[in-house]
Amino acid sequence: MRNTFAENMTQIASLRKDVCLLSGDIGNRMFDDFKKISPERFINCGIAEANMMSIASGMALSGMRPVVYTITPFTTTRCLEQIRIGVAYHKAPVVIVGTGSGLSYSELGPTHHSLEDMAILRTIPGLNVLAPADSKELTAQLKEALIDSNPTYLRIGKKGEPNLHDEYSNLGIGKANMLKDGEDVVVIGVGPILGEALLAAKTLEVDNISVAVASLGGIKPIDQKFIGELSKRFKLWISIEEHGLIGGVSSLLSEWLVANRCNQIRLKGIGVPDEFIHRLGSQDYIRERYGMNSEGIIETIRTELTQ
Amino acid sequence: MPDKYNNLKVISNLIRKRIVETSANSKIPHLGSCLSCVDILVYLYWKELRIDPDFSEDPDRDRFILSKGHASPAWIQVLAERGFFPITKLLEFGKDGSIFHEHPPIPGYIPGIEAATGSLGHGFPMALGMAISHKVQAKNTRCYALLSDGECNEGTIWEAAMLAGSKKVSHLTAIIDFNKWQATGRSKEIMAIDPLADKWIAFGWHAQEIDGHNFDEISKSLLSAKLEKDRPSVIIAHTIKGKGVSFMEDDNNWHYRIPNADELQAALEELESYS
Ligand SMILES: Cc1ncc(C[n+]2csc(CCOP(=O)(O)OP(=O)(O)O)c2C)c(N)n1
Repeated sequence: MRNTFAENMTQIASLRKDVCLLSGDIGNRMFDDFKKISPERFINCGIAEANMMSIASGMALSGMRPVVYTITPFTTTRCLEQIRIGVAYHKAPVVIVGTGSGLSYSELGPTHHSLEDMAILRTIPGLNVLAPADSKELTAQLKEALIDSNPTYLRIGKKGEPNLHDEYSNLGIGKANMLKDGEDVVVIGVGPILGEALLAAKTLEVDNISVAVASLGGIKPIDQKFIGELSKRFKLWISIEEHGLIGGVSSLLSEWLVANRCNQIRLKGIGVPDEFIHRLGSQDYIRERYGMNSEGIIETIRTELTQ
Repeated sequence: MPDKYNNLKVISNLIRKRIVETSANSKIPHLGSCLSCVDILVYLYWKELRIDPDFSEDPDRDRFILSKGHASPAWIQVLAERGFFPITKLLEFGKDGSIFHEHPPIPGYIPGIEAATGSLGHGFPMALGMAISHKVQAKNTRCYALLSDGECNEGTIWEAAMLAGSKKVSHLTAIIDFNKWQATGRSKEIMAIDPLADKWIAFGWHAQEIDGHNFDEISKSLLSAKLEKDRPSVIIAHTIKGKGVSFMEDDNNWHYRIPNADELQAALEELESYS
């Protein structure tokens, strides 16, 4: 995903002179092409994320379209005040990009995990909170965010994630898509972890359990119509997110169910519980430990269907 | 004339070998960042800090904070060799479910670790907090923090520096591993870091510049830091990123790169020939 991001940035910046890229001393060679196109519109702000975010809001208020890029916790919670005041309060059209989101940097420990970012940023008025599932969705959302007048947070993975959407998907901000249709249960989520849900759905087909997989694309704004359709079709919802269970997709859906009086629908959340992760390992290992990989999702679906 | 610091040199060399080996075997990056501060860590742990590996939670111990948390693979080797835990524990370095990974965990998991770092700009202000507490508690301890030059981009470093200067926290010593590189380029090209010593002096600190690979200079600078009675002290240690392995020295690719089998062998052979 991050290479797609870099390629898109180069392409957009070659067409639009107002687009610039701010990075916090990361992504060494990734932005070489961008720098070739416009060295003055690539600003390495050093390891000073709070400063970088305020600079971005100043640039946005001066007619530029800054995109701020660094490792997720440092471009979100590290500079929350600067996002809340400089960016959101001023409605400064900054695009905030967090790379290595969720557990992408699992081995680096809690300083580099981002399991609270969506929950926290969702509470800030007027800020889009997007979490593309693949490079296609990222491309569509980034382009739209740079046209949109609202500030946007884009939560991306690292590299090598497979494409989950196809050419019929309707991608963008606040646009949800069905990645695979089904009858018995729907798994609803955001981000590359939806790949695990698709795997689970495929495996369960053998047992005649028909699982739908829905990709929300983000948690703010949300596709009301799409979620409304889901509520008519499915009595069992499973949410999946590489994020804590507080404040993200699971919370969003339960709020939606209560607000829309859907008391016949049962929701079960899959995500990281309310804790820091001390015993580390690969992303797959930690996903497995918290029941977030395909096997874990299968187990949850089976358990929920028998209840 | 026998070298007074021969013993420390042997230890440093051993630590360097283990760092390179662990990096290759467990795929741990930040080799250059680790190798540049080995000599400083070894001096601190064998000569300077009042610590007892068998009593690692002694309330009157000196505190050391690795503010440049990404050099944890070096620190972990130092703690093991100094006897805080058995070296065999490091067989699980980088394995699934282990606590030995790229950054130091919170206290309570690995003896000798005082704070979890890895988010740059956090450790140093925490060391200041510890130093201020010890003053209030009338303890006779010293606090040390090891910072990196890129880390000095962070505003929090300068916020802490300014407060320490006004509070005259003289039992706090900051050491900067000034290897002139950060992740994506030369430190002085990314931010106006020079003149670094003058900046600290302007913030009310006693500042010294030394060769961070010379044990005699490390020793003398730590002694003069202790003699300062009404201001904190910073030691700007000029170092070489990747120190000890010629093909890694001053080559910032080794900020992220992991040695392949040939590179590992070449590095170990070179380090072997020192001892
Ligand atoms: C707050 C924060 N921002 C970004 C990073 C990512 N990062 C890890 S190491 C590094 C560069 C460090 O350079 P420097 O501080 O000079 O240390 P060196 O590796 O050269 O010893 C960066 C940007 C981080 N760990 N923390």
